Amino acid sequence: MISVHRLSPFWITLGLVAAGYLGFWFAMLAATATYTSPGEVMEVLLSREIRYATLLSLVTCTASALLSVAVAVPVGYLMSRRRFPGHAIVDAALDIPIVLPPMVVGICLLIFFQTRAGGLIEQAIPLTYTVGGVIVAQFVIAAAFAIRTMRNVFDHLSPRPEQVALTLGATPAQAFCHVTLPAARGGIFAAASVAWARSLGEFGPILVFAGATRMKTEVLPTSVWLAWSVGELEQGVAVSLLMIAISMIVLVAVKMTGERV
Amino acid sequence: MIRLEYISWAPPGKGRATILDGVSFEIPSASYAVLMGRTGSGKTTLLEILCGLRAPSSGTVWIDAREVTSFPPGERGIGYVPQDGALFPTLTVREQIGFGLRMRGVPAAEIEPRVLEAAKGVGVSALLDRLPPGLSGGERQRVALARALVVKPSVLLLDEPLASVDEETQDDLMDLLQRTQREHRITVLHVTHSRREAEGLGEMQLHLGGGRVLAKTTAA
Repeated sequence: MISVHRLSPFWITLGLVAAGYLGFWFAMLAATATYTSPGEVMEVLLSREIRYATLLSLVTCTASALLSVAVAVPVGYLMSRRRFPGHAIVDAALDIPIVLPPMVVGICLLIFFQTRAGGLIEQAIPLTYTVGGVIVAQFVIAAAFAIRTMRNVFDHLSPRPEQVALTLGATPAQAFCHVTLPAARGGIFAAASVAWARSLGEFGPILVFAGATRMKTEVLPTSVWLAWSVGELEQGVAVSLLMIAISMIVLVAVKMTGERV
Repeated sequence: MIRLEYISWAPPGKGRATILDGVSFEIPSASYAVLMGRTGSGKTTLLEILCGLRAPSSGTVWIDAREVTSFPPGERGIGYVPQDGALFPTLTVREQIGFGLRMRGVPAAEIEPRVLEAAKGVGVSALLDRLPPGLSGGERQRVALARALVVKPSVLLLDEPLASVDEETQDDLMDLLQRTQREHRITVLHVTHSRREAEGLGEMQLHLGGGRVLAKTTAA
């Protein structure tokens, strides 16, 4: 790490760029925070609907983050360690949810669950316009970010220790579980936090696939949209401030825990 | 004994240059051979083929009268020490050394004495509870050596094991490698680009270049 006592114009410039970016963000947050009064904020946040939306957001984000990591670890490892015909195409396909407009993902989900295959899944686990649908809508996009994170993590871990493990009699699965996975635990934490944060902000696919029914499939971003659409700006601002607070608390906690892992 | 017969390897894809082009040689049992060659000459690729980590495009690999070309790495009877030791980042020295024994299903009661014996043999008995980040370059190589030897391989494959340590540590490790080879009566193939290591250690020197063994010399 470079000492702060040896500041050159180069580092000062970089610091100014960072400060400018953060300053812009803080200015926006400050403007949002002062748009309404603390009393109004508390009144909105303590309402039954918003408490439900908050709880549903926390539960669904955690579920989709766990699902995302469960998929991202094996897929990221496969894409990092193996080259196979069509590898580049698969790699690009995994990024589709990242570049696709979120609303389109919701439409694709809705159409898929109208097909015969989707109908069979739906019979076993009803997803369209349910809490399960909220999790699926969040997962489809969050998993793509988690996979990208895990792939980078495995790319930065040398394959040599795994190879040594193989020469010592480990199977590829044992080498992965005993050598690579423990070394990647910080990265797994990072992937989970990225997936969680992404899920918290997800809106488009949830609105299309799971709907925005109060006390049923309403999560915090839908609360903001519902409030905004009927002109209740104070309520939208209060929920937005709550989302900012939750994001900050969770991301800082995850980062601090991740650094200790 | 190590015997390679007409080993060739080229990266997959059309028009890629051949790295190994019909490499053949034999290293007698319980001898110390050094494989030399410039950077990019295919030394590490050849070692990976011997380990079973990379399949040759053609040719056969023999270890102790067994044709092992299609054997998985763990069934070839080899010990492998890569350049930086490649220690397992989250395991203690004790767990590193015992890893191969655990993977081979050795009873737990037998593992600890064998770990202690292997650690003593390479001089790392005092480091058993340490993790890799707390070890020096020389200590890492000693641990990697103990980890490879504890499963009693008949062949030891060393990929530039002294490249990342200072000259004094190199001398200590060279003594250790020679002593280990004699005590265990093991066949060693040591890859290096250092003439000093080759002259100090090798009973047999092989020079790799242009994808082939260019020269083979045996110490008098």
